[in-house]
Amino acid sequence: MTAPIIEMQQVNKWYGEFHVLRNINLNVARGERIVVCGPSGSGKSTMIRCINRLEEHQQGRIVVDGTELTNDLKNIEAIRREVGMVFQHFNLFPHLTVLENLTLGPIWVLRKPKAEAEATAMKYLERVRIPEQAKKYPGQLSGGQQQRVAIARSLCMNPKIMLFDEPTSALDPEMVKEVLDVMIQLAEEGGMTMLCVTHEMGFAKAVAHRVIFMDRGEIVEQNKPEEFFSNPQNERTRLFLSQILH
Amino acid sequence: MANNRAGRAPARRLNWNDPDVRSVVYQVVALALVGLIGWFLVSNTLHNLSVRNIASGFGFLERESGFAIGESPISFGPENTYGRAVLVGVLNTLRVAVVGIVLATIIGTIIGIARLSKNWLVNKLATVYVEVVRNVPLLLQLFFWYAIITETLPGPRQALNPIPGVFISNRGVKIPTPTDHFAFDLAGIGFLLGIVLAVLVSRWAKKRQDATGQSFPVYRAGIALILGLPILGWLIGGAPLELNVPKLQGFNHVGGATLTPEFAALLAGLVIYTAGFIAEVVRSGIQAVSHGQTEAAAALGLRRNQILRLVVLPQALRIIIPPMTSQYLNLTKNSSLAVAIGYPDIVSIANTTLNQTGQAIEGILIIMAVYLTISISISIFMNWYNKHIALVER
Amino acid sequence: MASVTESLPPPRSTTGPIAWVRERLFSSPLNTVLTILAVWLILMTVPPFIEWALIGANFTAATSQECRAASGACWAFIAEKHRLMLFGLYPFNEQWRPALAAVILVALIVLTCMPRFWNKTLLPIWVVGIIAVGVLMWGGVLGLQYVENTNWGGLPLTLILATVGIAFAFPFGLLLALGRRSRMPAIKTLCIMYIELIRGVPLISMLFMASVMLPLFLPEGFTIDKLLRAQIAIIMFAAAYIAEVVRGGLQAIPKGQYEGADSLGLSYWQKMGFIILPQALKVVIPPMVSLFIAVFKDTSLVVIIGIYDLMQSTKVALTDPLWRGFSIEAYVFVSAIYFIFCYSMSKYSRALEDRLATGHKR
Repeated sequence: MTAPIIEMQQVNKWYGEFHVLRNINLNVARGERIVVCGPSGSGKSTMIRCINRLEEHQQGRIVVDGTELTNDLKNIEAIRREVGMVFQHFNLFPHLTVLENLTLGPIWVLRKPKAEAEATAMKYLERVRIPEQAKKYPGQLSGGQQQRVAIARSLCMNPKIMLFDEPTSALDPEMVKEVLDVMIQLAEEGGMTMLCVTHEMGFAKAVAHRVIFMDRGEIVEQNKPEEFFSNPQNERTRLFLSQILH
Repeated sequence: MANNRAGRAPARRLNWNDPDVRSVVYQVVALALVGLIGWFLVSNTLHNLSVRNIASGFGFLERESGFAIGESPISFGPENTYGRAVLVGVLNTLRVAVVGIVLATIIGTIIGIARLSKNWLVNKLATVYVEVVRNVPLLLQLFFWYAIITETLPGPRQALNPIPGVFISNRGVKIPTPTDHFAFDLAGIGFLLGIVLAVLVSRWAKKRQDATGQSFPVYRAGIALILGLPILGWLIGGAPLELNVPKLQGFNHVGGATLTPEFAALLAGLVIYTAGFIAEVVRSGIQAVSHGQTEAAAALGLRRNQILRLVVLPQALRIIIPPMTSQYLNLTKNSSLAVAIGYPDIVSIANTTLNQTGQAIEGILIIMAVYLTISISISIFMNWYNKHIALVER
Repeated sequence: MASVTESLPPPRSTTGPIAWVRERLFSSPLNTVLTILAVWLILMTVPPFIEWALIGANFTAATSQECRAASGACWAFIAEKHRLMLFGLYPFNEQWRPALAAVILVALIVLTCMPRFWNKTLLPIWVVGIIAVGVLMWGGVLGLQYVENTNWGGLPLTLILATVGIAFAFPFGLLLALGRRSRMPAIKTLCIMYIELIRGVPLISMLFMASVMLPLFLPEGFTIDKLLRAQIAIIMFAAAYIAEVVRGGLQAIPKGQYEGADSLGLSYWQKMGFIILPQALKVVIPPMVSLFIAVFKDTSLVVIIGIYDLMQSTKVALTDPLWRGFSIEAYVFVSAIYFIFCYSMSKYSRALEDRLATGHKR
């Protein structure tokens, strides 16, 4: 096996006195797809937000694709170029059109010519199946469409890693599927390293190589999806699964 | 858990790309720049002062002023010091600001509510008032009121006499004042006592309601106390009827109290102008409380006045207080326009002082210090009040 | 069962003018009392005002004696003095220049108010406009006679002080607002101190400072003229208020927008320039217009340090011994000018606010 693309060693983080991440150790292989689940407040979002430094860890080591995350701005910028992120609340830029949302990063961060950036953007819009919305503003789209635009925006940066922070939990139920379909399609194309915080267990069963269960700031259990769901080892995992699977 | 903290911290080196290093550098540069500019200005100033032979410092405040002040709440003559003149200025500023704030709040609230009235005429009148008053510079309004008082009102001999004892002329407004009678002191004490008792009664009524569920007409009782006790004091004192009524003597009225044309114009201008802004603050505050709140309260079976008192006003008040505070601050700062029509406020007196003594820097520092003190005091008080309201609401 | 009931007209008593009057004026005893009070107030004020301003007024008198004989207002005074009031001491034959400059300034303001121009073209338009105003006012080139700025006055000067004041205060205020939200304590403290200090004192004290203290601050032999000093005071004053308005806009931008920009790898200035400020500034346009109105009104205070703006030239017009005693007419006239400017701007700002409120939903 080659060197992991993400290495987290003994990562700790506190919000004031509150210990949100406790001794996190996690290696993610290139092309691996991981689903992170756990009760709310368990630190799962914080953990993946540490990977592109939206949150700062206070102890331990995080190495992304050979670059360690330190206080160095150049390193942070380099890592953010390689890591795409999809947020719970989309975080599209409401004053820019869909196309402008998609080309902003490629033009100003990757310094691509405009025509090329737009061509790439249209390619990804077709992949998320909404090329006809390119000239509209985010506010004119439905939640599901907005989230698909957000996925396309990240893909336009040609990232090696995609982070998904509860991508479907702010959506109306009838829109969850269209977003999951796009994510499954992305997974099936292979090659992309994906970390996804979600409670969509169907998605986990379908695409994940590994499922991680977090509780109270630590990784309690991790396993292959079939093992994880059929034979959870830890008491806390069993309790959680019984609550979300009814 | 504690030993977790002993783990390895992320590596750091001194590096320009480290945001912490950058921030220190930026801050040092900014401070140095400000310091440099400050040093440049101060050294120039010191040089200029020595060239012009101006001694700096506040020693001049001890010197005799040699000028008279038109109106003053404390006695003042040319033999008094500049320091006392400044004090007169501060008191005059405070006097117009306090009276102005009280009147502007009352008038502004009435007009703000009128803006929400369903009565078409009342609503439109209030709108016209607000639009006209807010869109004409205050200074112009001051000149306007001052011109109305001094140019169009008759002289003292033909003074208007709308209420017996009140005379309005181009020399100002004369009103009767109570004489030095024991009964008026009693009435004053009664008034203060009334306020204290009203507060106590409202506390008692709330406690009783909490305990037994019975309500008590707090407002009516409070008004009765605050109005009744002074009258009672006056009656006990022998119910004297004589007042110090102004009388025409020669070319002017003597006796009673005077609102000078300057004070009257300044007060009218400030109150009318600020009331227009306060009206908008009140209107938008009340409108900001969502209709759903009113409906929910009505669905609980609360009566109209209960809805207003228990649901709408507490929420509206929290929205209203911050912009209201800034209106109060504006009124106080705007009172500095007094200098334009010759009311002896702090700006006008500091200006006279700096013209006479040449102590420009000290004079302006005094003005700024006075306003900053007032501004900060009002802010602190309103913040405290806002917190108090927020707690009461919970 | 599926047939829809035909919709019927509402009962007579709820529509029509009589119902309107009943509903809006006499719906309850209190309402009736209020209506009567309002009518009384209108009868007390409007007919006498019309009598004074129109019926009894004299519009054409050649001398003040003739004018004084009229029972109402003497508008002939305005007819006689309007050039002095509007243009101050500017050479009489050259007054088309300040008039044109005023038109340019108004056009700049109107353009800035149009959403169509909210892009990069605005900056060059302003630069060209301000230069044109400067050329017109000073002259000395293109065959225009040179006019010293001590001779400028009236409405154009008021417009210049307000417009140039806001235009220069804007970038300054923007930086102050960013500084106030900065995570660097020293910069944050400096910005807060500046903003709160300026906002805590009246504009008059700033103007006094500019007129008496500024000359002391400068190296010996170095002077700047009175108009520029007043302009500097207005810029410094307006910047603090702009900073607070912009800060309000910055606070309205959700945290997710910062994170979205960060996750794309944008730098601080890219994030601010492309994502945060465009949204924040849109939010603050209505309060900015209000601020501009306030500054426009506040420029009248330069009277106190003796600059010939609209207010001061009016006061000068009033000192003519031949035409004494018509200050009410003059003030009504000047008020009308200020009112037209301020009211149209505030109307515009409210319309914009309504539009932004509906168009900005996410």
